[in-house]
Amino acid sequence: MREYLTISHISGPLVIVEKVSEVKYAELVEVEFLDGRIRRGSVLEVDKDKALVQIYEGTSGLDIPASKVRFLGRTQTLGLSREIIGRVFDGQGNPRDGGPQIIPELRLDIHGFPINPQARDYPCEFIQTGISAIDGMNPLVRGQKLPLFSGAGLPHARITAQIVRQARVLGSQEGFAVVLGAMGITFEEADFFISDFNRTGAIEKLVAFINLADEPAIERISIPRLALTCAEYLAFNLEMHVLVILIDMSLYCESLREVSSARKEIPGRRGYPGYMYTDLATIYERAGRIKGKAGSITLIPVLSMPEDDKTHPIPDLTGYITEGQIMVSRELHRKGIYPPIDVLPSLSRLKDKGIGIGKTRQDHADLLNQLYACYAKGKEARELAIILGEAALSDLDRIYLEFSERFEQEFVNQAENEERSIQQTLDIGWNLLRMIPRRELKRISEEFIKKYLKEADR
Amino acid sequence: MKEARIIKVAGPLVVAEGCLGAKMYDMVRVSQDRLIGEIIELKRDLASIQVYEETAGIGPNDPVYLTGEPLSCELGPGLIGSVYDGIQRPLDILRLKYGDFVVKGINLPALDRQKTWYFKPKVSRNELVEEGDILGEVEETALVTHRVLVPLGIKGRVLEIYEGEFKIDDTVAKIESEGKVLEINMSRKWPVRKGRPVKERLSPNEPLVTGQRVIDTLFPIAKGGSGCIPGPFGSGKTVFLHEVAKWSNADIIVYCACGERGNEVADLLLTLPELKDPSTGRPLLERTVVIANTSNMPVAAREASVYTAITIAEYFRDMGYAVALMADSTSRWAEALREISGRLQEMPGEEGYPAYLSTRIAQFYERAGKVVCLGKEKRLGSLTVMGAVSPPGGDLSCPVVQATLRVVKVFWSLDDRLASARHFPAINWLLSYSLYHQNLKEFIKKHISEEFLSLKKELMRILEEEAELLEIARLVGIESLSLQERLLLETAKSIREDFLHQNAFHPIDTYSSLRKQYLMLKSLLMLHKVASQLLDKGFSLKEVLELPIREKIFRLKYIPEDRLEEFKDLEEELEKLL
Repeated sequence: MREYLTISHISGPLVIVEKVSEVKYAELVEVEFLDGRIRRGSVLEVDKDKALVQIYEGTSGLDIPASKVRFLGRTQTLGLSREIIGRVFDGQGNPRDGGPQIIPELRLDIHGFPINPQARDYPCEFIQTGISAIDGMNPLVRGQKLPLFSGAGLPHARITAQIVRQARVLGSQEGFAVVLGAMGITFEEADFFISDFNRTGAIEKLVAFINLADEPAIERISIPRLALTCAEYLAFNLEMHVLVILIDMSLYCESLREVSSARKEIPGRRGYPGYMYTDLATIYERAGRIKGKAGSITLIPVLSMPEDDKTHPIPDLTGYITEGQIMVSRELHRKGIYPPIDVLPSLSRLKDKGIGIGKTRQDHADLLNQLYACYAKGKEARELAIILGEAALSDLDRIYLEFSERFEQEFVNQAENEERSIQQTLDIGWNLLRMIPRRELKRISEEFIKKYLKEADR
Repeated sequence: MKEARIIKVAGPLVVAEGCLGAKMYDMVRVSQDRLIGEIIELKRDLASIQVYEETAGIGPNDPVYLTGEPLSCELGPGLIGSVYDGIQRPLDILRLKYGDFVVKGINLPALDRQKTWYFKPKVSRNELVEEGDILGEVEETALVTHRVLVPLGIKGRVLEIYEGEFKIDDTVAKIESEGKVLEINMSRKWPVRKGRPVKERLSPNEPLVTGQRVIDTLFPIAKGGSGCIPGPFGSGKTVFLHEVAKWSNADIIVYCACGERGNEVADLLLTLPELKDPSTGRPLLERTVVIANTSNMPVAAREASVYTAITIAEYFRDMGYAVALMADSTSRWAEALREISGRLQEMPGEEGYPAYLSTRIAQFYERAGKVVCLGKEKRLGSLTVMGAVSPPGGDLSCPVVQATLRVVKVFWSLDDRLASARHFPAINWLLSYSLYHQNLKEFIKKHISEEFLSLKKELMRILEEEAELLEIARLVGIESLSLQERLLLETAKSIREDFLHQNAFHPIDTYSSLRKQYLMLKSLLMLHKVASQLLDKGFSLKEVLELPIREKIFRLKYIPEDRLEEFKDLEEELEKLL
């Protein structure tokens, strides 16, 4: 163990240690404060005998002459064993639920390694969340990464909790183990999650890594990596199906920006570092399935878009990496619709191989396209009505307008504890299509119209 | 090898001292792990090295080994069907040997050294050959005959040439060149950052048929041309490039997934072996090389991946093939440039990108072209380059888009609004352009019909007029339009929904031949003409719109390629209406 008393500079979460030797890039560091507290960090840059160290739990109380720095000769790892299930940890991987430390079976580098693209198995198993706006229109599949794009004051936490409670794969008994990575959320939000999971029994299969809003922001940088390392262990070592929730990625990105600006790096858009795309990719891309392994990692990151602007760098870069997005809409929320999911800008890129015969139902793809087209026309008609008045609408436009209202009220809208089977969801869709003239149903094949439109009649 | 030592590590950038004598863009090995790196800046005896693998665990005083060679591609039989990372390590072998994750410090040859290929000579003893001549051929796959060429700089007499099963490093011929006897095998090396030489460059004049109607009819790209496809996320860039990779009539496809999603690569690798080449019935993977450096793989290797891809593409072009390269996405490559540049503390240009961004982009796209290959027989080869661009927020003023538009000849503009209305391919017909219409005129006249050219013009006219009319309708209401104008709106709507819209997931609709596109367009516009004349004769708009034949026109796209004669009946039916 090499110990130094040579801190020369402290700025924000960063510390420069001089006259060091044999220090490696990304090496784990322990800093002992004057009062004996120990904080951890890692090497961000090493230049000859100078090391730039980022301290995870913040630098308040650190002084230059007396603090000791130890270089541990390894990178940051997470100790793992079966015992982690049901536990709650902090941003360092230490228990915060009052329980004992984990005795690790193995330790894994929290940065992980990229999955070889050749080893990936294409995600194609439909996950039923019981929420029509997701299952019917933008279905989620096992191994997908599908973020929730939300905003301040919107019920994304409730939607997430509902997904966690209800998610299941049809025809399979095994449920999901849930890994929650919470970054900078408030105590109330964290409490909401934990007590909701407690109440519904989900806690038995939950591992949580939590950093609250009043805790050091720098710790948030490790949270998603800890959560995903834990998920990889559960999925690929213990062969479980894992659902990872990361909330709120916007706060993670802000911490990233904080470190970047402390390092005086050249900023990219809106002050976020130029490498944020790569950084986010190393988190999101850890979701997936591997050929020959039973387990899977399905990732639902939640992020709040500043001013509901989806071109802001955080949602923008996220959207470029993830396989679609679920948009939470303020407009629908104001109308009192729960879950306020706007299906038009939402997208699930992997849906095509996850639906259809043997997965959901043969008519799913056609029905979904038709509902999209009709709802889009209805929204157009609504805009037109606002500009020119409802009198300017043609008869057909008026039908579509009514359709879009009913679609929101009957299809999207549901209760927070309502779990709709995919059959129920599709039948609601068919029921709505009855109001549309038959010749307008261009996107559904004749066969399905005969079969299901009639069924809905009954 | 000389002794050099690391003095600084910052992410993928490493600085080493004691590198006197090293050359720019030389490849080096870093630390005991022998990670692969490349010199990108020299200052006295200091070299800045970008490392193509994760640098955690590396520190000052670790050794650096200079190789004195630039980063190169290995070229030879065995490329087709392979999946490589950005620095040409075979990902399938990597998986077999090292498991499901890409660990670091692995050094694997790109081509299989043990596999034997049947080499069939194309020249005989005592023949005089020069660089670029075909020495012999190897049936690499059922779709690709690999032509083994005389290496560069060699001109002389063939002393020996053998036929039979050989490994790629075995000698297949001996050539006497400038008084020396050279042993020639089947593998070649080429530095990735340098374009391969050609005899002459020509102007592209044949279309690359992609089977996508909006491309081939409205915004065609020529074999040897270059095009870019910018768009925000979810607008369908990748699906579009996948479609082109599957259906275009190139001989060889090189697909470079540069900093994109792992699952998309998995999808491509899963579907290519299933899809059959229409003429031979063989899997399309047998004409494809995939370079996959996904977004979570090391960023410096991402920077190199597009060069690796284009070097492999040029190698096949030199054999006289029509090669198409897809790069998805060049923005990620540009971001890798930016990241490295930032770590070098270079003065940034626009949005933090280095000032040389546009030069690099131009150099890359200039490697496309139709050429006369080296060699006596003057083979024609072409390399078509198509790059996706992912501008932040879909904003086309981003420096990568602007620099790309300056060099490419085709611009396919993806539209967010079309995508969310599920109109795919979401190519905006008013913003996109192709500068190859002129070049391709002769080809269309000769192989399809001269009428196709005027139909295309008519089509564009209707779409442009539609935009104007919709503007008017939005301001003063649809009632203010004349009957003819309202008919035009209906026709334009039908063009959009029944011609431009194409379903990539429908077995028939996913591909339309040029002939089918021509026939579809002809029927659609004929219907418009007939309807317009009926209006003049006093029929009401409602009557015209409810003509039963319209139903058939709506379903034109589902007519299979082998039943194109159905269009004839339709045309006759339309004529009868008058």
